[in-house]
Amino acid sequence: MGFSFKKLAQGLLKTKENIVSKLKTAVGLHKKIDAALLDEIEEILISADISVETTGKVVDDLKVRVAKQGIDNSDEVYGLLKDSLTELFSFQSGDRSFFEVVPKPYVIMIVGVNGTGKTTSIAKIARRFMSDGKKVTMAAADTFRAAAIDQLSIWANRVGCNIVKGQEGGDSASVAFDAVAAALARGDDLVIIDTAGRLHTKLNLMEELSKVKRVIKKAMPDAPHRTLLVIDGTTGQNALQQVEIFNKLLQLDGIIITKLDGTAKGGAVFSIVDKFKLPVVLIGIGEQMDDLDEFNPRDFVDAMFA
Amino acid sequence: MFDSLSEKLEKAFKTLRGQGKLTEDNVRESVKDVRRALLDADVNFKVVKQFIAGVEEKAYGQETLRSVAPSEQIVKIIHDELVDILGGQNAPIEFRGTPGKLLLCGLQGSGKTTLAGKIALHYQKKGQRPLMVAADIYRPAAVKQLQVLGKQIDVPVFHVDKKPPQICAEAIEYARANNLTLIIFDTAGRLHIDEELMQELSDIKKKVSPDEILLVADSMTGQDAVNVAAQFNETLDFTGVALTKLDGDSRGGAALSIRHITGKPIKLVSVGEKLSDLELFYPERMASRILGMGDIVSLVEKAQETIDVKEAVKLEKKLRKEAFTFDDFYQQLQQLKKMGSLESILKMIPGVSSQLRNVDIDESQMKRVEAIILSMTMEERNRPQVLNGSRRARIADGSGTSIQEVNRLIKQFQQMQKMIKQMRGGKLKRMIPGNFFN
Ligand SMILES: Nc1nc2c(ncn2[C@@H]2O[C@H](COP(=O)(O)OP(=O)(O)OP(=O)(O)O)[C@@H](O)[C@H]2O)c(=O)[nH]1
Ligand SMILES: Nc1nc2c(ncn2[C@@H]2O[C@H](COP(=O)(O)OP(=O)(O)OP(=O)(O)O)[C@@H](O)[C@H]2O)c(=O)[nH]1
Ligand SMILES: [Mg+2]
Ligand SMILES: [Mg+2]
Repeated sequence: MGFSFKKLAQGLLKTKENIVSKLKTAVGLHKKIDAALLDEIEEILISADISVETTGKVVDDLKVRVAKQGIDNSDEVYGLLKDSLTELFSFQSGDRSFFEVVPKPYVIMIVGVNGTGKTTSIAKIARRFMSDGKKVTMAAADTFRAAAIDQLSIWANRVGCNIVKGQEGGDSASVAFDAVAAALARGDDLVIIDTAGRLHTKLNLMEELSKVKRVIKKAMPDAPHRTLLVIDGTTGQNALQQVEIFNKLLQLDGIIITKLDGTAKGGAVFSIVDKFKLPVVLIGIGEQMDDLDEFNPRDFVDAMFA
Repeated sequence: MFDSLSEKLEKAFKTLRGQGKLTEDNVRESVKDVRRALLDADVNFKVVKQFIAGVEEKAYGQETLRSVAPSEQIVKIIHDELVDILGGQNAPIEFRGTPGKLLLCGLQGSGKTTLAGKIALHYQKKGQRPLMVAADIYRPAAVKQLQVLGKQIDVPVFHVDKKPPQICAEAIEYARANNLTLIIFDTAGRLHIDEELMQELSDIKKKVSPDEILLVADSMTGQDAVNVAAQFNETLDFTGVALTKLDGDSRGGAALSIRHITGKPIKLVSVGEKLSDLELFYPERMASRILGMGDIVSLVEKAQETIDVKEAVKLEKKLRKEAFTFDDFYQQLQQLKKMGSLESILKMIPGVSSQLRNVDIDESQMKRVEAIILSMTMEERNRPQVLNGSRRARIADGSGTSIQEVNRLIKQFQQMQKMIKQMRGGKLKRMIPGNFFN
């Protein structure tokens, strides 16, 4: 647990009514584990943006745990609830660290709806790899949004990595292609591709992203090695639609969840892993380039209840 | 997930038709579905609780109306209550003097800078001379972003290398000196718990006394919307809310939460990345959206803007009477073409936006559909059941298409008729066959 766990916990703690105090009140009111207590637990989970459906599953799982362990004292319910939540991530427990990358260059493509924190996350990821002594190239393939290229350029400059860019309004796929080709030629370790924010409901824009992915393969057949969706931690149930469509069109390898330094609990990730079994790999916890951490289910659940 | 609320309630109420009063039991049953629909729509759970309590009270003891299904009656009660809370009518933006001053604030990435451009464009079209002020000194290239937008619409952007409150204060001088009539202040995104930056906003407010302070909120926001809105309101006592990214498929429950928790009206709605994608807020539409009933009102209004009203009324009557013919369909295609891109139109229809994902709308295909219909006789258009094999062959010949294509269109048309029938029954889903135009 590094500095960032503390920061994550701080953010989550700042809510006037944080989950724990709510839960403690709930537990305090109910000596026994009864329907009313379970109702309150359900509410607490929903208030963290966990979907009604996943909440139902978690509460059912909790009931099973309670029965199996013969617990009737409400105090212990809290630990079991954490177990139930953590359990949702068990499928990703064997995954290697995000920062161990194998082929060279390792190509990461970042996608997501508007304003979730894609560009900033790229800066953070680049920063982390740079401090591991890797050579990084950023691809400014958001040729659409006003000053998106300037924004990424400033970050590349701060981080001290390479950047390949085109013209505003230019073809994003060719920028991505050029970046991979350049990285291959230079022998860089990584290419991170920034793409324009787009709503999953806009088919023609989504098709453009598929094209970026196809065109990259012309430079390097097994690239991109990871396609990651950036989800804003304050997003509610729409996160599920985002994952569904982006995954269908781009075959995602994982999720980055940002803005967890606020008071939103980021509970959408529970519904996401429950429904799609897509690993959550990184979390964003601020606007600066060090405000990134690997996702750790136990830490995340602990921070939620810290 | 996309089951509309009315559809769910329909199920719950199948047995209830004509049972006299809405009783505690049947209200409770439906209320469970409403609760679920609101939570799925991201309405804050506490707000849901209070809302439900209010609805229950209103619903008990109401006579069930003979003419409508109890489900429709309950939906109506809920819908009206929602509209009521969302703010009976739309609240205008008001400027007290010249230059008018409007301040934008909100969380990171919610859409402030883009909205600044949209508002500037909107008022420029109305004859104002706007100025945009770049007061975000933190985000990389934030100033540049606003400058690029300013250039696109030919609106000046003010920025000096100082602290945000100072930038804003000097902008007023600049506007006066240059005879500009409206100032839009774009500020950096910030967390509501960031005391330092919240203080900065407070200082800006003191320095410039804006006529309007809008909280810019992403419509995809979840349960936390209440905390954010409450805190911004406490610090700034903002005058209204702008809801962004409503061009997506989020249900937008945050609108209800924010309105409920702050009492402040939603004044603007942002529906795209283009600077012209700005709309006023209509509580009716938002209520339908939150309940998952689609944006029928918007559709109808959009249609009214461009479509001959008489035509629209005629069409609506036909839809109700299930007398929808190929000729009507042809007329409708012509109207649709006037209204804009097919995609944007279809998206407003309940259940369709989710379907659209699997569909590519090929507008050139529309031409073939038109050709087929035009090759039909009037009788064939009005009574498709007469379309036997030889008639179909003739039509294929005449339209330069194939029998297969003609068959497919007829089949799809029949499907559509069926769906229109369902629509009348309150089942709004899947109204337009997905593969009509591909
Ligand atoms: N508090 C907080 N803010 C963040 C975080 N990540 C990004 N941001 C801020 O969110 C805003 C949007 O970030 P961007 O990186 O530009 O988002 P994007 O997804 O690239 O946006 P588009 O390219 O416009 O779709 C900026 O103000 C960032 O500083 C985070 O983890 N915490
Ligand atoms: N689809 C859609 N995108 C929008 C809308 N409004 C803004 N955006 C996009 O959302 C992203 C963020 O918008 P900005 O205007 O930069 O947001 P901001 O609040 O100024 O962000 P910060 O200054 O970083 O806090 C950009 O990609 C915009 O193009 C909208 O109504 N619909
Ligand atoms: Mg970006
Ligand atoms: Mg901005």
